[in-house]
Amino acid sequence: MKPLPISPLTVVAQGLACATGVGLLTLADALRSSQQTLQPNDFTAGPLPCWIGRMAALDDTRLPPALAHWDCRAARAAWLGLQADDFIGSVAAARLRHGAARVGLVLGTSASTIGVSEQAYAAPAADGGFPAALRSETLNSIHAVTAFVQEALALQGPCTTVSTACSSSAKAFAQAERWLRLNLVDAVVVAGVDALCGSVLYGFAALQLLSPEPCQPFAAGRRGISVGEAAGFVLLERGAGDLQLLGHGESNDAHHMSTPHPQGLGAEAALDGALARAGIDAGDIDFLHLHGTGTTRNDDVEAALVARRYRSGVHASATKGLSGHTMGAAGIVGALVGLLTLRDGLCAGTAQTAVVDPALGPVFAQQLQLRASVKTVRVAASHSFGFGGNNCVLIFGRGSA
Amino acid sequence: MTHRVWIDGIALWSPTMPGWDIARAALRGEPTPPLQPASRPAPSLLAANERRRAPDAVLLALEVASHALAASGHSASTVASVFASTHGDLAVTDALCTTLAGDPLLLSPTRFHHSVHNAASGYWAIGSGSAAASTALAAFNETFATGLLEACVQCTADAQAVLLVACDTEASGALRSVNRSRGLLAVALLLAPVRGAASGWALDWSVQDASVAVPVLHSAAARALADNATAAALPLFEALAADASCRLAWPDASCTPAWPDASCTPAWPDASCRLAWPLSASRSLHLVLQPLAAEAPRAPAA
Repeated sequence: MKPLPISPLTVVAQGLACATGVGLLTLADALRSSQQTLQPNDFTAGPLPCWIGRMAALDDTRLPPALAHWDCRAARAAWLGLQADDFIGSVAAARLRHGAARVGLVLGTSASTIGVSEQAYAAPAADGGFPAALRSETLNSIHAVTAFVQEALALQGPCTTVSTACSSSAKAFAQAERWLRLNLVDAVVVAGVDALCGSVLYGFAALQLLSPEPCQPFAAGRRGISVGEAAGFVLLERGAGDLQLLGHGESNDAHHMSTPHPQGLGAEAALDGALARAGIDAGDIDFLHLHGTGTTRNDDVEAALVARRYRSGVHASATKGLSGHTMGAAGIVGALVGLLTLRDGLCAGTAQTAVVDPALGPVFAQQLQLRASVKTVRVAASHSFGFGGNNCVLIFGRGSA
Repeated sequence: MTHRVWIDGIALWSPTMPGWDIARAALRGEPTPPLQPASRPAPSLLAANERRRAPDAVLLALEVASHALAASGHSASTVASVFASTHGDLAVTDALCTTLAGDPLLLSPTRFHHSVHNAASGYWAIGSGSAAASTALAAFNETFATGLLEACVQCTADAQAVLLVACDTEASGALRSVNRSRGLLAVALLLAPVRGAASGWALDWSVQDASVAVPVLHSAAARALADNATAAALPLFEALAADASCRLAWPDASCTPAWPDASCTPAWPDASCRLAWPLSASRSLHLVLQPLAAEAPRAPAA
């Protein structure tokens, strides 16, 4: 059944910290210059030849004393993201406007604080259990980074962790939109947070999906992904604004746990859902942020979908060559790139990719933009596809307000 | 504001209550025949070799998902799904962290994709062939209530049938020092936006500005599972286990020998049942359940 159009929601505030730095300006600078923001892996204790999108500031980040019980890499990343672009100040204002109980939180993460458990297993206490400093049930739970953000923002509305691998924080927008549509809350903090950890790096190594060089989305010689870390935030409210969430679509491939449906049918169903909720056609989309991981199969399937469904003049780009693949945060990073494009007209290029893979066909070669440019964009879409065949497409637009 | 959805399918699995028929009797406090506890379920949705390798959380989730769907008569392809689990599969987390602390290069690709929180959601889609939207969420102590809320929200907002699955496993290895979840428990509900032939209950839901406590467990069978992280679901399944005639007998409580706790009677003044769970410090999810047999007869369709 085709979903009905939804009322647009307004994007009230945004914040981002990732490998490009803290704040949306650092992202904009990186998008303009396509500078190298990935680095050779120096995160894992043992050698693992790959490149990572590491947030350099995390090692020296200290949480305020009142929040110190949450200290870990993921919470520090979230804390930097909350400071970025004074997101925390915008939420404080929303809390005053609506009351803390009327502001919800939906946070997408894949690994959350698993890094804490990894650390505990590497250095167990004498009784074989977790060392005293890490012996916390709440800290060693997938909801931990969400509970940290809830406490840091003093929110008392409904609060949930969405964890569907790399589509997590895109789906967070869909869940938030439904809460607002049914008037359960007056504002929702949508978030995506993931920090570097052993499980993700060695897990992708086990799947032979880690590129030994910086990831090159849609390049002929692409060899896999570069893992990154990020914390992104968006505050959504009902009503029209300059920047709006127009639609979202979710689907499942029902095909395989770690490879996409060969014809991209799941991804296409998510696109159709998003278009129907936005009440527009694919031809109305000016800018597309691709999932673009740099793996052979993901890029193949996504390129075919884009060539099949989007107009040849769409400006499509992939930015994981700047941020790395930030896992559960990837959806909101894509959303923030799209919002930046709508606000400033800054259309990203595809960092690290020198030439489009000719095997992806002439239409896609025309759609994929390797260099950044400035143009007027009224509608931007973002793709997020995750493990388990989990897909989500978001559509944002400029409002007339 | 209150919204109404319909319950078209109910399922529950634990080692001592492997299926809704047994669970229904046990949760009413009726004596159940002695049973050799099952170690883990064997959902027919997975091929035998996949079943052998699958984590407990995936088996639990698929077992209850299949039964709730079968009871409802809905087609999997039209049903969205919400998988709520406080911790995912704890044995997988234990094995993953053990390997990473030993020789991380020995991590297997299968273990890695079993470790994602949406593993059950992915296997459900593959096994059932459903390409409908599927999510996986967690909210620590509020996981079940938050999952139930999301299922109600999706059913109401998009007039969409939604399968809710909640399950948790037992902590193993070093994780036992920080994680209190014990035993295996999985529950499922199939919620529908309109009343159909399989609808057994009307469920009115609302989110209210109130601070409430998690509802208490009444039956010995439910109390035996109190240490599982999904136990917050059990009061709802106790309510669904009691049939309309049993409920109408209240407050005599003559048919509920295992529920000596009289504190539950004032909350059940009529054929309906009211339950509430905290969602946060100041918001809560409230349900009013009406068994359809107790509803006034509906006017015949014109």
